[in-house]
Amino acid sequence: MTLLDVQDLWVKFPTRQGIFEAVRGVSFTLGKERLGIVGESGSGKSMTGRAILRLIRPPGIVEADHVALEGTDLLGLSEKQMRKVRGERISMVMQDPKFSLNPVMRVGDQIMEAYLLHNQVGKAEARAKSLEMLQAVSIRDPERVMRAYPHEMSGGMGQRIMIAMMLIPNPQILIADEPTSALDVSVQRQVLNIMDDLVKQRGMGLIFISHDLNLVSEFCDRVLIMYAGRIVETCAADRLHEAQHPYTRGLLNSLPRLDQPRRKLDVLTRDPAWAEVPSVGGKA
Amino acid sequence: MSMIEIDGLNVWFGHGPDRVDAVKGAAFTVEPGESFGLVGESGSGKSTILRAITGLAPDWSGRISIGGRALTGHKRDRAFYRQVQMVFQDPYASLHPRHSVDQVLSETLQLHGFRDIDARVVRLLDDVGLGQKFRFRYPHQLSGGQRQRVAIARALAGEPEIVLLDEPTSALDVSVQAEILNLLTDLREEHKLTYLMVSHDLPVIGHMCDRLAVMKDGEIVEVMAVGALRAMQAQHPYSQSLLEASIAPGSRSA
Ligand SMILES: Nc1ncnc2c1ncn2[C@@H]1O[C@H](COP(=O)(O)OP(=O)(O)OP(=O)(O)O)[C@@H](O)[C@H]1O
Ligand SMILES: Nc1ncnc2c1ncn2[C@@H]1O[C@H](COP(=O)(O)OP(=O)(O)OP(=O)(O)O)[C@@H](O)[C@H]1O
Ligand SMILES: [Mg+2]
Ligand SMILES: [Mg+2]
Repeated sequence: MTLLDVQDLWVKFPTRQGIFEAVRGVSFTLGKERLGIVGESGSGKSMTGRAILRLIRPPGIVEADHVALEGTDLLGLSEKQMRKVRGERISMVMQDPKFSLNPVMRVGDQIMEAYLLHNQVGKAEARAKSLEMLQAVSIRDPERVMRAYPHEMSGGMGQRIMIAMMLIPNPQILIADEPTSALDVSVQRQVLNIMDDLVKQRGMGLIFISHDLNLVSEFCDRVLIMYAGRIVETCAADRLHEAQHPYTRGLLNSLPRLDQPRRKLDVLTRDPAWAEVPSVGGKA
Repeated sequence: MSMIEIDGLNVWFGHGPDRVDAVKGAAFTVEPGESFGLVGESGSGKSTILRAITGLAPDWSGRISIGGRALTGHKRDRAFYRQVQMVFQDPYASLHPRHSVDQVLSETLQLHGFRDIDARVVRLLDDVGLGQKFRFRYPHQLSGGQRQRVAIARALAGEPEIVLLDEPTSALDVSVQAEILNLLTDLREEHKLTYLMVSHDLPVIGHMCDRLAVMKDGEIVEVMAVGALRAMQAQHPYSQSLLEASIAPGSRSA
């Protein structure tokens, strides 16, 4: 079943050198599945995620044939209706977790505030739930973390706090932008298991943006590979290692590997022609 | 004589019920020209060890010595910063937004007391593979990878012997990561540098380091050679589980 249907999405920024097109006509669908988006820095992954939620700040422009959430075109909604969509139906974990947290407010107060916004409960219950959520993302000493300020958290702790907060509204769709880039493998696994449960048990749709090709290949169902604002290739996630496009092959070959030591890593050489080929469709 | 010697190192933050013992009894040595990795659980104290060395963690006990010289307190003198430099994880936050590349490097060179600033800026930019056309750009005109190169150039300005690297590529995509890691490999050879490097990515540590320490909950549970890492021969159960978790099914068939 299709939750989200994106058709011919463009994101444009007026600059002094003319219009810069960050996303150039991408189309894909999202069902109750784990959809990965990979690609090099600047290829338009984050802008695609933000455009769905209409979070591109002016003068940036979003254009599309439609961005339909269960049949309703999000581009046709008022800002007020859109706020409801953001609060209740689609959540996004931003790429820079520490910037998304309020630096002068204790971590616990921020989580409880988010919880109270979505649930008619008393403070004591909100507190208990907040502790539970921190435990769920493998925070060892949730009591201390509740009292701490964001700058007192390690890189990976900040990332996990953001994930816990985004899951509070119980969204239909979660857009996670590099959600585990600062986590060690074992904690990463626990966080992925949480997202996995939500997809399998509650039928959530997940858009998982990452530069970690092995992780996406192992964790997702389908993958879109982006280059210069377009989708250059799509495949079943477990076939990512058989990808054909020279760009995807280049990304795969630039990874260091434990089993094959070498002195120098392969560096990607880009072919200008890659940017000219029309976007590949990403519908399931 | 070891380049870095850490023994019985404890680092803590806060007081009373909020006291965090971030590092407990850590011990390891790094030899001249060696590249040593720190891996382990998120929140296990990896960044804190680097911070204690550079004087950014006020409360610590135990022994830290650099080139045979024991450090005390958290004030570090000019000679220390000439010998030891640090590259931080986030290339976006670590550069001043209104200072051009030229300003960043010139000011750093002046602080280190050099006179031939102009020639040195030119050489640093070449060293990190940026070249002269980037000299007068501002951070917002650089990609993430280019910013990280500027941060590395700044760290190299004082001709340090030791570079501390905290997740130098985890915010970067894989193709840029490959460029930065190749650069760090070349620089280590050319300038005979000693690296102490934190990363949660075991293949990156395997590629860059000769030995590594595995941390969990503030303690070093194991120090191992990179050969043992590649052969998946960890002794401690935590290191074993870390290794097992890091070999994704996909990464074998690439
Ligand atoms: N406000 C803006 N004005 C002009 N260009 C912009 C603006 N915001 C983003 N861009 C450009 O849009 C392009 C796509 O950016 P996006 O953030 O989607 O990249 P990404 O694929 O998420 O990369 P990364 O892996 O580095 O996060 C980039 O080239 C970026 O420089
Ligand atoms: N300024 C601070 N005040 C209080 N506690 C702190 C402070 N800085 C770090 N800590 C605590 O010290 C512990 C170790 O943090 P550190 O940043 O060294 O972890 P790390 O191993 O680098 O983790 P990550 O891989 O997530 O970056 C954490 O529990 C953290 O909350
Ligand atoms: Mg991004
Ligand atoms: Mg850290």
